[in-house]
Amino acid sequence: MVESLAMNEASEQPATPILKVRNGQVFYAEKQAIIDVNVDIQPNAVTAFIGPSGCGKSTLLRCFNRMNDVIPICRVSGSFEFSGQDIYDSEVDVVSLRQRIGMVFQKPNPFPKSIFDNIAYGPKIHGLASPKAEMQEIVETSLTRAGLWEEVKNRLDQPGTGLSGGQQQRLCIARAIAVQPKVILMDEPCSALDPIATATIETLIDELRESYTIIIVTHSMQQAARVSQKTAFFHLGELVEFGSTEQIFSSPVDERTQNYITGRIG
Amino acid sequence: MTESAIILKSAGSKRHRAESRFRAYGLIAIAISLSFLLIMIGSITMRGTAAFKQTFVQIEVNLPTEKLDPEGTRDPEVLRKARYGKLLKSALREQFPDAKKRADKKSLYKLISSTAEYSIRDQVAANPSLVGGIHPFWVRASSDVDQYMKGTIDGSLEESQRRVNDKQIAWIESLKASGSIESRFNTQFFTGGDSREPEQAGIMGAVVGSALTLLICFLLAFPIGVLAAVYLEEFSAKGRINRFIEVNINNLAAVPSIVYGLLGLAILLNVFNLPRSTPLVGGMVLALMTLPTIIIASRSSLRAVPPSIREAAFGLGASKVQTTFHHVVPLAMPGMLTGSIIGMAQALGETAPLLMIGMVAFIVDVPGGVTEAATALPVQIFLWADSPERGFMEKTSAAILVLLGFLVIMNLAAVYLRRRLEIRW
Repeated sequence: MVESLAMNEASEQPATPILKVRNGQVFYAEKQAIIDVNVDIQPNAVTAFIGPSGCGKSTLLRCFNRMNDVIPICRVSGSFEFSGQDIYDSEVDVVSLRQRIGMVFQKPNPFPKSIFDNIAYGPKIHGLASPKAEMQEIVETSLTRAGLWEEVKNRLDQPGTGLSGGQQQRLCIARAIAVQPKVILMDEPCSALDPIATATIETLIDELRESYTIIIVTHSMQQAARVSQKTAFFHLGELVEFGSTEQIFSSPVDERTQNYITGRIG
Repeated sequence: MTESAIILKSAGSKRHRAESRFRAYGLIAIAISLSFLLIMIGSITMRGTAAFKQTFVQIEVNLPTEKLDPEGTRDPEVLRKARYGKLLKSALREQFPDAKKRADKKSLYKLISSTAEYSIRDQVAANPSLVGGIHPFWVRASSDVDQYMKGTIDGSLEESQRRVNDKQIAWIESLKASGSIESRFNTQFFTGGDSREPEQAGIMGAVVGSALTLLICFLLAFPIGVLAAVYLEEFSAKGRINRFIEVNINNLAAVPSIVYGLLGLAILLNVFNLPRSTPLVGGMVLALMTLPTIIIASRSSLRAVPPSIREAAFGLGASKVQTTFHHVVPLAMPGMLTGSIIGMAQALGETAPLLMIGMVAFIVDVPGGVTEAATALPVQIFLWADSPERGFMEKTSAAILVLLGFLVIMNLAAVYLRRRLEIRW
């Protein structure tokens, strides 16, 4: 299963979408949270999902790495493809799917372990680094990429929970990077952070775009405008409008999008 | 009227009075419960500490070779077979020649414990060079003499009203004058098993019995309880069946412990024919009793682990089992251990189920394994409290002190473990 994914990636063209959703529907028991969504996510770009609370943007995000599996009443239908492979195929190994599609959560949630162990946990369970030196290298690269290495290199053995909120969130990003994903899903990664930490994370997201495909759910339209190349606007479970960020914010086609970005709804 | 005067006046208002009244009620409630606790512990301590002392009497015993070791082999086995009781009695008669009548001799022999001959036997067997000479031995005084020395028997009463007669008192006084009677720390109480004689009875058999029982209880209840809790909380569907099981576990926690004892008697002893009166069966019964407590405590500490930790692990591609055992269970472990220790402390004080499975027997030997007959601390207290001899009264209180000591240690261990292992996030 891992090999087939890898093969698909090798043969893919830069222009073809890395994630593809056709007629995506999600139900929580009887309530429909996502209605007939079609969306293509371009590789090596930042896609922002915006929309008022309860519009289904987080739900859709969690479909990509099947985090909704944990919720018993949640039911997903339609086609969700990652590099041409059906994410919801019964043959798919959720473990290696989540290795490919990592996730950063709303509240920084480092494990109550050392900074080193926080990063090393993912590679360890996936068997990515057997000798100790290799692990050392993965930890250093991941922390460097997340812009945290200089701040923590002298205290890797200290608990990750002792860092500041912004540092914790960067630690979580480093932790997600450490398993070498293709896609990083970010669910309102800055909503619990102060403006300075937010700016740091946004710069980081911009840098990470070169190596990863990033989907970010955000409540802040300014943030979406600053960091993303593509923006999708959701309303009441529907994908109202999807296009380049510039177009969405300057000349939205749909009236609802216009109302939302000008602050009349949401 | 100034601003501050207004504030002062309103301080005496109705709601302020209500508040101070409520505080007073609270303080009174705490004071009442504390004073009850103090009275209880105080009275037990006052009675019990006497048991930590024991009166000893020094007697010159003649150890003639022809009686002890006619062959002259000095073999400890031979030395053990000699009749030291007779030697001891003649030594007493020699020391107090005024005991001529049969009744007087009988009272004289009652000065020392009937177990004294065994202590002399053991000393001689351990040191055969004593044979063939006259040596002083310190032996245990009888319980009545011990009580008289401790002042619990009043010498000014009518002779027929007290357990030591006038002659015995005269002998004790002469022993006192010659310095041949003294009070020592009662090591036997901490190292010996039970005995029919209060002066010889010790708590060690019960302590070891309790320890073995709790060991079995922990080995069974902790893994089963924790696994059940982990499964119910992390893996099983949160449906009607789960709720039904939860209600039943809560009910089981409230079932009177004697019911578990009856279950042990009917199933473990009568159906499976496990050995009666043993820590093995006692531990199994107590494990049944402790299981609900452990499951409930473990489930609530699992529930207290923030869901964000589970999400973080899932997000990295950890499987359910990896998430549970790498992250959730270690975080819940302090709570689980605390709950288990508190459950075990409860089990330590449990008497009724042990009575049902026969751990109430009179057992002199300190048990050497889980399949040997044994008794437990609370049962020992029950047995001693039931004995009419005055000497057992103080033993009962002393045993309660020991039990309370172990309970305090276990509860402190629970607090310490929780402080030590707790990880903040």
